[in-house]
Amino acid sequence: MLTNRKVYLDHNATTPIHPEVKKAMVAAMATFGNPSSLHEYGRVARLLVEDSRAALASFIGADPKEVVFMGSGSEANNTVLNLFSCAGFRKCEVVGCSLGKKEVITTKIEHPCVLESAACLAERGAVVHFVGVDRYGKINLDEFKQKLSENTGLISIMMANNEIGTLQDVKELCRISHAKGALFHTDAVQAVGKIPVNVKDLDVDYLSLSGHKIYGPKGIGALYVKKGVQFCPFICGGHQEHGRRAGTENTLGIVGLAKAIEMRKKEMIGEHERVLKLKMLLKQGIEENIPDVQFNGHPTDSLAGTLNVSFLGAEGEAILLYLDLEGIAVSTGSACASASLDPSHVLTATGISQEQAHGSIRMSLGRETSLEDINYVIKKLIKVIKHVRKISTVASGDRHG
Amino acid sequence: MDNINWLYSDKVKDHFMHPRNVLMDEAGFQADARGIIGNIKCGDEMLMLIKVDKEKMVITDCKWKTFGCASAIASTSVLSEMAIGKTLDEAYKITSHDIAKALGSLPEHKIHCSVLGDKALRAAINDYYMHNGMEEKVKKEKEHIICQCLGITDKEIEDAVLEGAHTYMELQEHTKIGTVCGKCKEKSIELMQQYMDKYFKK
Repeated sequence: MLTNRKVYLDHNATTPIHPEVKKAMVAAMATFGNPSSLHEYGRVARLLVEDSRAALASFIGADPKEVVFMGSGSEANNTVLNLFSCAGFRKCEVVGCSLGKKEVITTKIEHPCVLESAACLAERGAVVHFVGVDRYGKINLDEFKQKLSENTGLISIMMANNEIGTLQDVKELCRISHAKGALFHTDAVQAVGKIPVNVKDLDVDYLSLSGHKIYGPKGIGALYVKKGVQFCPFICGGHQEHGRRAGTENTLGIVGLAKAIEMRKKEMIGEHERVLKLKMLLKQGIEENIPDVQFNGHPTDSLAGTLNVSFLGAEGEAILLYLDLEGIAVSTGSACASASLDPSHVLTATGISQEQAHGSIRMSLGRETSLEDINYVIKKLIKVIKHVRKISTVASGDRHG
Repeated sequence: MDNINWLYSDKVKDHFMHPRNVLMDEAGFQADARGIIGNIKCGDEMLMLIKVDKEKMVITDCKWKTFGCASAIASTSVLSEMAIGKTLDEAYKITSHDIAKALGSLPEHKIHCSVLGDKALRAAINDYYMHNGMEEKVKKEKEHIICQCLGITDKEIEDAVLEGAHTYMELQEHTKIGTVCGKCKEKSIELMQQYMDKYFKK
C-alpha cells in the first residue's frame, strides 16, 4: 500500500521554494557584506537590499521607504500590536501617535501571534475587543461597528484566514475605522501573492506579509508602514531599516522574498484560475463520493487554494496520518493534533460543533498541484474516511461510511 | 529512516495501520458486557465490548471502536490483544502505562490519548459484574471526579503529578483535564499543588 506518489496540500502552512528563488538566493550567497558598511562589500549588499525593497514596494503599491524588512510575519504582527502598548502607556513624541486611546479591536479568528499579543496588551491595561465572525468566517459587522469608538486606537484584522481561507473586506473595514480616527493594521500573510493587494487602494496604515507562504524562504517577512503614521521599533538597538528594526539585514532572505514576489507578479493571476478550478474539482469529488461532510469557510469569498472540510464521525489527526501514509500532506483543526489540546479556535468561532472541528481537514493547494494529484487525493480520501468511520463509535449508528 | 518517516514507533504504526479486534457488527458479536467512556464533544469516545468465560472468569474476546486519534486507535488495538486471555481481575489492573509500554513508546504529549481504552475496559468489566450478580465486585471508586466533562479523578491528578506534571499545562498534557469547559481549572490546580506539596516539598 505504500506509494511513491507525494501530494503536498499544505501550502497555507508553508510552500516549497520556487526554483527561481533558489537560483537568486544561491547567487546572492556570494554577497556577504554588511549592508550598513561603507566599503564596497557593504555597498554591494545594500544595493541588493534596496533593489529588493523597491520590488516588494511596487508589488503592493507602496513607497520603498514604507517597507520594513522583518524576521517573519509573526514579528511584523507583534511589532504593530506592541506599538500600541507604547502609544497607550508611554509619553510618545512621535507625530500622529494616537496617545491616550486605550482600546484595540481584533477578531476571534486571527493568527495566534495577533491573539496572544492582543491578550498581552489586555494584561497591561488596554481594553481589547475580540469581535466574532459568522458561520462563514466573515466578521460580524454590526458588532464591529458597535465596539468601534473614538477611544479605539488600533484595529487589527486579517485579510485572508489561514485555516478556512475566508477573505475580509479590509478596504471597507479600514474606511469605517478611519472615520473614527483609529489606525488600521491587516495581517495579509495569507493574502499577498495570492490575491491582488494594493496598500494605497486599501488605505491601511500597516500591513504584514511573509516570504515562505509565497514560495520564498522562511525567516523573512515585511511590514508596510504608511508614511507619517506612528511607529516605534519592536526590536531596538540599531539604525537598520531607518531605525525601525534593529539587526543586520538578512540579505539572503530579502533577496529571496523579492524574487518570490517577482515570480508571484508573473504567475499569480493565471495560477489563481487554475488552482480554483482544481479546488472545485476536489470539493465536488468529496461531495459526490463521501457522505456526511461539511465544508467550512466562505463558499466563494475565500482563497482559491484553501478547502476546509469536516468529515463527521472521523477524527482529524487519524485522517491526517492515514493520508500521510498514502503520501498526502494536509492539516487538521482537531485538538489531538495541537499541543494545547483545544480544537481550532477559528472553526470554534464560526460556531461549528466540537465534533465537526475534531473531524476537520484543511487542504491548501499551490502552484505545483496537478489534476492527477487531485484525482489521487479524492481516491485515497474515500478509502481513508471509510476506514476511519468503520473504527469510529460515531459512524456506527445511522451512518454508513 | 523509518522513524523519520513516521511520527510514532513502528509498533504504533503497525497497530494504527492494521488495528486488531475492531468491532464490525455489534449485534453479531453478542458481547457479555460493554463499556463506553468519553464524549464525542471532547474529541474522544471509546466503546469496549468483552466476552467472558463464566467458569474461569477469563476474557475470551474483546472488540472496540473509537472516535479518536492515531494514538487512541493504536493503544486500544494493543489493549484488546492484552486483555484477551486475562482474568477479569488481571485485566482490570491494566493501566495506560502498561499500554504505552506494550507499544514501545508514545510521545509524551500523546499519553493522554491512550487513557480512554483502559477506562472503557474497566467500565466493561464492571458492567459484567453488575449483570452477573457480582455487584460486590464492582470496584468502588474511592476517587472523586474533578473534571466532569472527561471524568478525570483526583487519583489521576495525583498520578500525573508523580509522573512529572508540575504546571497546569503539563497536567493537561498528561490527563487532558479541563480541555472542554474548563470549569475545573481552579480545583485541579489546587489539588495539583496539594500533591506537589505532599510528594516534592522538602
